[in-house]
Amino acid sequence: MNEALAKRLSDDLMRPMIQTSWRFYLLVAFLGTIVAMGLGTWFYQMYMGFGMTGITNPIFWAFYITNFVFWIGISHAGTLISAILRLVNAGWRRPVTRCAEVITAFALMIGALFPIIHLGRPWLFFWLVPYPSNRLIWPNFRSPLVWDFFAISTYLTGSVLFLVLPMIPDFALVRDKTTGWRKRVYGMLALGWQGTTKQWHRLESAMQIMAIAIIPVAVSVHTIVSFDFSMAPVPMWHSTIFGPYFVAGAIFSGIAGLIIAMAALRKFLHLEPYLHPVHFQNLGKLLLMMCLLWGYFVFAERLTTWFGNEPSEMEVFWVTQTGSFAPLYWTMIVCNFVIPFTILSLRKLRTIAGCVTASFAVLIGMWLERFLIVVPSLSHKYLPYTWGHYRPRPVEIMITISTFAAMTLLYALFSKFVPVISVWELKVGEHPFPQDATAERREHPLWKAHP
Amino acid sequence: MPHRWGMAVDLDRCTGCGACVTACHAENNIPTVGPEQAGRGRAMHWIRVERYWEGDFPDIALKFRPVMCQQCDAAPCEPVCPTYASHHTDDGLNAQIYNRCIGTRYCANACPYNVRFFDFFNPQWPKPLHLQFNPDVSVREVGVMEKCTFCVQRIHAVEIDAKAAKRDLKDGDVKPACVQSCSARALVFGDLNDPDSEVSRLSRSPRGAKLLEDLGTLPKVTYLSRQTQA
Repeated sequence: MNEALAKRLSDDLMRPMIQTSWRFYLLVAFLGTIVAMGLGTWFYQMYMGFGMTGITNPIFWAFYITNFVFWIGISHAGTLISAILRLVNAGWRRPVTRCAEVITAFALMIGALFPIIHLGRPWLFFWLVPYPSNRLIWPNFRSPLVWDFFAISTYLTGSVLFLVLPMIPDFALVRDKTTGWRKRVYGMLALGWQGTTKQWHRLESAMQIMAIAIIPVAVSVHTIVSFDFSMAPVPMWHSTIFGPYFVAGAIFSGIAGLIIAMAALRKFLHLEPYLHPVHFQNLGKLLLMMCLLWGYFVFAERLTTWFGNEPSEMEVFWVTQTGSFAPLYWTMIVCNFVIPFTILSLRKLRTIAGCVTASFAVLIGMWLERFLIVVPSLSHKYLPYTWGHYRPRPVEIMITISTFAAMTLLYALFSKFVPVISVWELKVGEHPFPQDATAERREHPLWKAHP
Repeated sequence: MPHRWGMAVDLDRCTGCGACVTACHAENNIPTVGPEQAGRGRAMHWIRVERYWEGDFPDIALKFRPVMCQQCDAAPCEPVCPTYASHHTDDGLNAQIYNRCIGTRYCANACPYNVRFFDFFNPQWPKPLHLQFNPDVSVREVGVMEKCTFCVQRIHAVEIDAKAAKRDLKDGDVKPACVQSCSARALVFGDLNDPDSEVSRLSRSPRGAKLLEDLGTLPKVTYLSRQTQA
């Protein structure tokens, strides 16, 4: 790599950290207001009583658990995808991995809040944590909710490590290129990185270990989230397919989230020379594969239920297929299968705009999928006398909206404090060499973007 | 030998009068939620009388089925509770420890009978019901689950009296509020470990069946099926 290109890379990717326009502050203020309103709504709910939600007998889980599963699903964007791409040494991964990994960390933080928000007495959430109490009471290790606690905390620890490890050389870069408070703060974050051969070697080994270790953890997390449902004797929940079905759905929605995040970064941080159409095409192909896998799981689940014809399950089956939940169900099918399949299987439509459209559809569809797993089953359990209806109330809607604002806010702030594309990984990779680029990559050659 | 408390419900005798529901509310300090909340499906009846219509007009039959916590031996609500608030006692009851409950509501989802109730708000009683609390039963605060206990406070009171008088319990010594108030004597309560008790005898009846027996929850409530057409 020649010196000029290296400097251009460092300057380009560090620019968002140094220069900030007034539009960014406006965005932060806007998103911050929504997040604050969400927090306020939560305190209002605690103060007034949990009855401010639409949750009722017998639908004891609804929007909050839907959001929990949705956000934990989104968290599979990052770490899992970037770990797989690192392990197979896909060259095009280099500008993608960090955008992906940071989604994991933030989505997990948001998702892990929901089991606390949904508690009747959230101030006692620490009873889920195994700590040595004076009354010698441990949490019930048979409960899937306690498994959740272990799964999510393991995954969060692992993904934060996986995110931070490759950031160390970039922190050192920022330390070396800046002055003032940045130099001091990033100097501490760089943990004394000098770029010696020994340090590089250790970083590579550590990342290799983390990439291998994080994959089973990621798979187990969403399997355990699915166990929250499949362990209970509730019609259409008590199913062996839920583990892999949830993991597939999580990766599906995760890739969609990643595509949208990358498109936003590309546009707003002017990263066109780094995030090429080919990245979106490759991720679009991955999304297409997960779309087919998701469709296969839904088909398998629906067909076996229908063929088995078990009376209590058939009630839930028909209420989603043709009953009161049918509009949501068929919207889900269109958003999760018809739209992404059509767009992504045609090369002409697999553009950046096409991939982003498909991804938005997938996010809507996957949120609905989680809702349709949670609510229809609970509202149609065994005894028809006890069947009930669920309608969300303003507090639930507000808190749901504020989590999307929180995700955007955290992501925007992150892009201001850390180079959102790994600078050193681009420098060591073959990617920025224009003479090696294919025709597709040459759409945004570096020398044209920066004359 | 520990007791194994159980109940038998004779569906032929139940008239659907609802006295058991009222008695249960009074005995167990169950809050009344008011018409608006009840309309949203948040009424709390630890025992309810399910009403089913069978057939088409004019040949319709009205059927009642009182349903309370079935005190399952293999209760789905117990293993899912992360804090042991829902647990099994030595005499086979499904106990709910209100102070230990953090309100995940997982137990209520797992319960196939939907007999667990959540306190959506702090409890309230219209006047003058606030003057008739039962001092033997704790009042539950917002955010916890509650359910039928087989009137465990009555069971313990009778057991303590018997122990003090150095005598064994007789069949019929313990009467939960619903059983006591059932004028048709459709509800029978007693010790299933005593083969001569009335509840044991009824539970062995060929008319006897458990609710949702095929789920394998091993309930301790036996329903005696209807023989009459009415």
